[in-house]
This record gives sequence, structure tokens and C-alpha cells, in this order.
Amino acid sequence: MIHLDNIERVFHVGDEEVHALRGVSLTIQAGEYVSIMGPSGSGKSSLLNIIGLLDRPNQGRYALDERDVTGLGDDELARVRREKIGFVFQFFHLVPRLTAAQNIALPMMLAGIDPAERQRRLAVLLAQYGLENRAGHRPDQLSGGQCQRVAIARAMSMQPAVILADEPTGNLDSTTGREVMALLEGLHAAGGTLIMVTHDRELGARAGRQLRMVDGQLVGDERNA
Amino acid sequence: MRPSDFLDFAWQVVRGNRSRTLLILLAMGIGVAAVLMVTSLGEGARRYVLNQFSGLGANLVIVLPGRSETAGGIPGFLIGKTPRLLTTDDALALTRSHAVRRIAPLIVGAGDVHWNARSRETPILGTTAEFIVVRQMAMGQGQFLPEGDPHHSQPVCVIGAKVKRELFSGGTAVGEWLRIGDRRFRVIGVIAPQGQSLGFNTDEIVVVPLAAAQALFNTESLFRIMIEAKSRTLVPQAKADALEIIRLRHEGERDVTVITQDAVLSTFDRILGALTLAVAGIAAISLSVAGILIMNVMLISVTQRKREIGLLKALGATGRQVRLLFFTEAALLALAGGSAGLIVGKLGQLVVASIFPDIPFSIPWWALVAAPVTAVATAILFSVAPARKAAQLDPVLALSARK
Ligand SMILES: Nc1ncnc2c1ncn2[C@@H]1O[C@H](COP(=O)(O)OP(=O)(O)OP(=O)(O)O)[C@@H](O)[C@H]1O
Ligand SMILES: [Mg+2]
Repeated sequence: MIHLDNIERVFHVGDEEVHALRGVSLTIQAGEYVSIMGPSGSGKSSLLNIIGLLDRPNQGRYALDERDVTGLGDDELARVRREKIGFVFQFFHLVPRLTAAQNIALPMMLAGIDPAERQRRLAVLLAQYGLENRAGHRPDQLSGGQCQRVAIARAMSMQPAVILADEPTGNLDSTTGREVMALLEGLHAAGGTLIMVTHDRELGARAGRQLRMVDGQLVGDERNA
Repeated sequence: MRPSDFLDFAWQVVRGNRSRTLLILLAMGIGVAAVLMVTSLGEGARRYVLNQFSGLGANLVIVLPGRSETAGGIPGFLIGKTPRLLTTDDALALTRSHAVRRIAPLIVGAGDVHWNARSRETPILGTTAEFIVVRQMAMGQGQFLPEGDPHHSQPVCVIGAKVKRELFSGGTAVGEWLRIGDRRFRVIGVIAPQGQSLGFNTDEIVVVPLAAAQALFNTESLFRIMIEAKSRTLVPQAKADALEIIRLRHEGERDVTVITQDAVLSTFDRILGALTLAVAGIAAISLSVAGILIMNVMLISVTQRKREIGLLKALGATGRQVRLLFFTEAALLALAGGSAGLIVGKLGQLVVASIFPDIPFSIPWWALVAAPVTAVATAILFSVAPARKAAQLDPVLALSARK
């Protein structure tokens, strides 16, 4: 479902060119569980941003669900992002003034989903992620693990085909990290495509497919038996 | 997104930044209130003057001695030079015009009015029976001066309501004899209270027959001749006739000024209208200051909320949605500020009106509409730049922005 062909991403910092991605080609099937590892600055986040349509490659082609998305306009990209992709970030990225429930409902609000339907889905999500008692709390009243659960619930609210997680446990202790991993892996088990950047070898090894990046290039692509 | 979502979201932002919101409300409120207050002062002054003149009576033409350069304008009316006198016969001659319904010659002076041991200095008005009709005044008690040849007079007078109160306290005045100078007058009527009109407070005057006033002040010369034209359309005719009749009587010299109520009114109307617009314009500047403040605050807000904007985009918000979110926020602030300004402006107007009850302060409808509309329009106009900036933020950079 994800098909990258010879993707280049170059940043200009002053006069210098920084090659974040050099000729990355990659195909990911629906329902795969992929981990991306590699040293800091190797381009993992850059790759994830391109897959998530947050960023555009300087060169190369990207087809999502058989559709070429390389040349789409901003608004069309936003629509595809909204419908097909769920993001989970290292720093949660919750809106501080909104409650847990309001944060979870944000993508549904942006998509213009009927308020009654929103409420229905919200109730299911809150129950699913054990947040019923926290629905009215703001992020600063939640623990890190709870915040990440809110973020995952938010990513799942539009029932996306692909979940992109950039170091989702990077800011959590190991116990809550394991809880969050269990949730994400549960999504994969339910048929979702999960792509996760991590620095943790042990976590990375749990994925069915492990990509390794160095210096903007894919240098390893292993599958667990 | 649904319209209610935009409102909800903007409401959360506005509520979450209390001090920022208050600041904008204050700026907008002051701007709108200033426009309303200032225009209501201007409009009040305009109406005050209009009322003063319209109290004069309908179809009024006034003849005064002395020629003003711009006949019909204010200068002669205010300065009133007197090269040649206007006489009672001049006044009577004016009735020859077909356009004139009636005339009332006028002499004004001041004198001490005595009754028993009490005395009081008041303006004394010498005129004829027609005066009360021309000026459209009403009697409280008794009757006005009797009809008759203005060259002769009976020893009677009519007094204002305040004069009556001060000289006679609660007692009856009609039938009593007053002394003015060395002459005695019998009170035959009291004018109904009506207050200020063109510099005269008719509550404070004593009216005596024309010939009596001429004798009292030892002068033949009239202060004014008031003419009532037969209809509004005949006012110009009456004016032309008056000029011509007096010119013939004064050996061909045009030495009087004839003014019509319309001319005076429209002059005042123009001056005060322009003045109101000018000060309203100045006050409107404070509105644009508020607009610029909103722009700055929104720009700061875009910078502070980079991560949030990046997040919204990552969650599938289009540039248009982000822009609209910021517009809604600005419009909400401006609307609230505008409403606050409307309320404060209205309260201010009521307070000023209670301090100066004589002046009919009122906020003209155009200011009532224009001030809040301008407020919201400036707010939205000035938030175009911040909203565009937000919509164009690169989501990757915005997300990685550290607070
Ligand atoms: N917006 C940007 N402007 C300039 N350079 C950038 C930008 N984003 C990333 N880079 C550079 O691109 C390279 C890859 O960055 P990227 O964030 O993808 O690395 P990463 O593998 O995610 O690292 P980490 O493990 O530290 O998160 C780095 O050298 C980084 O400095
Ligand atoms: Mg990274």
C-alpha cells in the first residue's frame, strides 16, 4: 500500500545542503508492522514525515494505496492525511487548553463528522483506551502514559489505515512504555499497518519487519521469521 | 469542519487566554465607545441647535437692521450693526405683501420689575398680539397682549412662568399690578413654561405692548421684525417682498438683513454635521489602533501556537481551515469588544445626558451600525496577515518547534 521510489529529501541550511534522505526506495504492504531504527540524524523522522504526507520529497515518487500522491496540492494532501494516516508523536502533542475528550475528537472535528457520530465514537475510544474517568481532564492533569493514550486514541479516531509513530515511548518510563506498545501492537493485530521509529533495540525487534537507516539511506531490511 | 466547530474552537482559545482577551476587549471597547460618545455629542449639539430654531415657529422670516455682506447668513444676525433704524411703520408696511400672513415687531431691553416689596431684573420684550402666534407659544393662564394699533398701548403685561414664581411665589398673578421703571402694568397672563429658545428663556421674560416698551427704553428703533409667511413655499417671496418694501421706505437703500429659518438651520446643520463627522473620524482612528493591536496579538499567538498549528495540519486541517480558525477568533474578539463598546458608549451617553439634560444627546443610527461593523471589519482585515502566516506554516517545522 505504501510505495516509495528513489526518494530524496534535501534541506538547505545556510549555504549547505543536508541530505536527510538519499534515494530511499521502499514498499510496505497493508497490515505490516515495521520498525525503523538507526543513529540520530540518520533520517528516520524525515522518512516518516514523507510517508505521513507532512513533507514532500525533493525527488522520487510516492504512491499511497496505488495512487500517486507526489504531486497533490496541500488541501488534497490534508484530506488524504486526515482519512488514511494516524500520527503518534514522541512529545504527545496534545492541545493544552483542550480536555482529553476534545483532543481525541480533533480529527473528527476537522473532518466535519456529525456531532452525534463524534460522541458515539468518542465513547468507544475512551472505553477502549481506559480514559473514561479522564475525559474531562486537561493534558497537564494527565500522566505521560495517559497523554500518549489520548494521542493514540486521537490517531485512531478516524480509523486510519496507517499508524505512524515517531519514538512513541521515547518520553515514557519502561512500564508505561510497554503499556503504550501493547496498545499500538493491538492496533496492528486488529489489521492496521504500523510504522514505528524507535531507538530501543528490544522494541524494534518485536516488529515483523525491521528497517535500518544510516546517513539518509536504507541499509537494512529484515523480517522476523 | 462545521461553523459551530470553528466557534467552539475559537471560544476555547479566547477563554484560555484571559488577559490577552481582556486587553483586546478593552482596546476594541474603548474604540467603539469613543466613536459612539463623540458622535452622540456632535449629534446632540446639532439637535440642540435645531430644536432652538424650530422653537421659533414655522415659516418664519426675520428682519433685522443693518446689512450683512452675506444676506441670510449668520454674521449680520450675530453682529447686527444698526446704520438705520427699523420703525413700527416699517413693520406695518410689511403686511402689504401677499406672502406675509402676520408680523410681530420686537423690542428687547432689561428692566427692574417690582411687585410690592419684591423686585427682579428681567429681560423686557415689547411686541404685539401677533407675537404669540408667530412664535407658537402657549399661555399658561390668562391671555396674551390685546390686539390693536401698535402705536398705542394699554398698561398691561404678560409674564413668564419663572417670573411669576419668583415674584408671586404661589399666589395668583393675573390681575396684579407690576411696576417697571416708572410705569405700572396689570398682569393679564402667564406664559406656559417652555424653556430655552434661541437665547431667550421665555420663562424669564416680561412682555409689554410695543409702544410701552418704546417709551420705557426711550427708543423708536425695533430690534427685530418677525414675519410669518403664508406657507413654506412663500417664505422666499416674503423675504424678497420684505427687502423691497423696506428698501423703498429707506430711500432705496438696502440696509436691513432678512434671514429665514431654513437658511440659518441649514448653515448650522452643515457646520455641526461636518464637525460630527470629523471627530467621529478621529475616534475611528482609535478603532484602527485596536485593529493593529489585534494583528500583533494574533501574530504573537501564531508564533506561540506553532506546535498546535502543526498538529492540526498533521491531523488533516487544510490551510483554509487554519485561516478560518484565526479569523473566527479575531471576529469573536472584535464582536465581544464591539458589544462591550456599544454598552459602554450607550451608558456614557446616558450619563452625559443626565448631566446636561437640555441637550438631546443621541447616538446617530449610522454610528451605531458603523462602529461595531468597523471594529469587526478591522479585526478581520488585520488578522489576514497572521492567519495567512499560520496557514502557510510548514507542519514539520511547526511540530518540532520548541516552546
Ligand atoms: N527542517 C530541517 N532543516 C534542516 N535540516 C533538517 C531539517 N529536518 C531534518 N534535518 C536534518 O536532516 C537530517 C535527518 O533528520 P531526522 O530528523 O530525519 O533524523 P532522525 O533520524 O529522526 O534523528 P533523531 O533520531 O535524532 O530523531 C539531520 O541531519 C537533520 O539535521
Ligand atoms: Mg527523529
